[in-house]
Amino acid sequence: MINKIAASVSDALAGIPDGATVLIGGFGTAGIPNELIEGLIEQGARELTVVNNNAGNGYTGLAALLKANRVRKIICSFPRQADSHVFDALYRAGQIELELVPQGNLAERLRAAGAGIGAFFTPTGYGTAMALHADGTPKETRCIDGRQHVLEYPLRGDVALIKAECGDRWGNLVYRKAARNFGPVMAMAAQRTVASVHEVVELGAMDPEAIVTPGIFVNQVVRIAPQATLGGGFHATPREATP
Amino acid sequence: MSTWQRRSKDELAARVARDIPEGAIVNLGIGQPTRVANFIPAEREVILHSENGILGMGLAPAPGEEDYDLINAGKQPVTLKAGGAFFHHADSFAMMRGGHLDICVLGAFQVSTTGDLANWSTGEPGSIPAVGGAMDLAVGARQTWVMMDLLTKQGVSKIVSACSYPLTGLQCVSRIYTEVATLECTPDGLHLIDAVEGLSIEALQGMVGQPIQVAAP
Repeated sequence: MINKIAASVSDALAGIPDGATVLIGGFGTAGIPNELIEGLIEQGARELTVVNNNAGNGYTGLAALLKANRVRKIICSFPRQADSHVFDALYRAGQIELELVPQGNLAERLRAAGAGIGAFFTPTGYGTAMALHADGTPKETRCIDGRQHVLEYPLRGDVALIKAECGDRWGNLVYRKAARNFGPVMAMAAQRTVASVHEVVELGAMDPEAIVTPGIFVNQVVRIAPQATLGGGFHATPREATP
Repeated sequence: MSTWQRRSKDELAARVARDIPEGAIVNLGIGQPTRVANFIPAEREVILHSENGILGMGLAPAPGEEDYDLINAGKQPVTLKAGGAFFHHADSFAMMRGGHLDICVLGAFQVSTTGDLANWSTGEPGSIPAVGGAMDLAVGARQTWVMMDLLTKQGVSKIVSACSYPLTGLQCVSRIYTEVATLECTPDGLHLIDAVEGLSIEALQGMVGQPIQVAAP
């Protein structure tokens, strides 16, 4: 019997090695798998490369992982926020490497990794600092149909940590509202994907027409009580029945 | 000497909103552009896109109705209109890159007369760079409009012959909406769309510091 339901966060995260590239879902308060990040801090892997849209807020979640000095490099689109204190301090002290990626390129590089695309040309960033490699040399460019494009490569993860709303033992997932954000493409892009969900349902209980991430992209599902994930200072509206 | 008045922040937002046609799919950038949503008349059906995976975004919720899973690109709580949809980030940016988005409205540090945009970094040493979705929006939407104060706090025009700040995109801005005038960026420079009442073209050119053609492009 296929059963991807993990008994606990620590079971789900066992064996993540030092040096791993970890894709972490979420955008703002929506879809951040905070319990999995806390689990990763406990699990202890070091020298990580983390991919997230941001670089941590406040002192919890991703910021706590950075604070614990587990992250060697962060790949993101928008590290600078009003409350990105932990990242700011590490960056200014030269203790963390930053690869800045336009948000759409970040999403498409993840998708490309998941879809087996070798590389892709995009107009985003042409003529800007984002068309340069970290060492300052120019990225490959090409004029296609009269428009200049930059060659961008896939972004693969060893592990993806994502948050969904509902899952089953085959790993099928549905998300809630804008918490979907990077979850589906990160699930595709990683060797191993761990999803936290608020609800585990029987096979067949989710409408097959409405499954967003099919279980083929998911390795482990761990249930987290919804009340534990109320973060960000917003109130939750009453939850509708999940399909 | 003629007298004229700057558009207030709300008047500027209303001026931008006036040009958004029925049926348009629009992305409003973080900061000042977000205000435009408040001035789109209720009877005009416009679909707002948010890059974190929302089409059909509505205004801010009433106090107490905020939902931590329903936020805009500026991470503020929003609502969803009937007919709205959620999707993942790669689809959201495909909507830009694929040319499906009619208009995006962005803020700017500098815009060149030919529409080069600088809005993500002032390039100051020691500053932490952050680009977000600006580069994808700027080159992806069918029309990119900038909404900004014409002058810096030091009184220097933000419309320039060539951007000195790091670029967001080349020749991507078609219109600039400011507190004193609305201008079109074209390959042969600026054209006037409108200016606030009482402001002469000579006075406007003096403030902008760049030639402005008055005939329609």
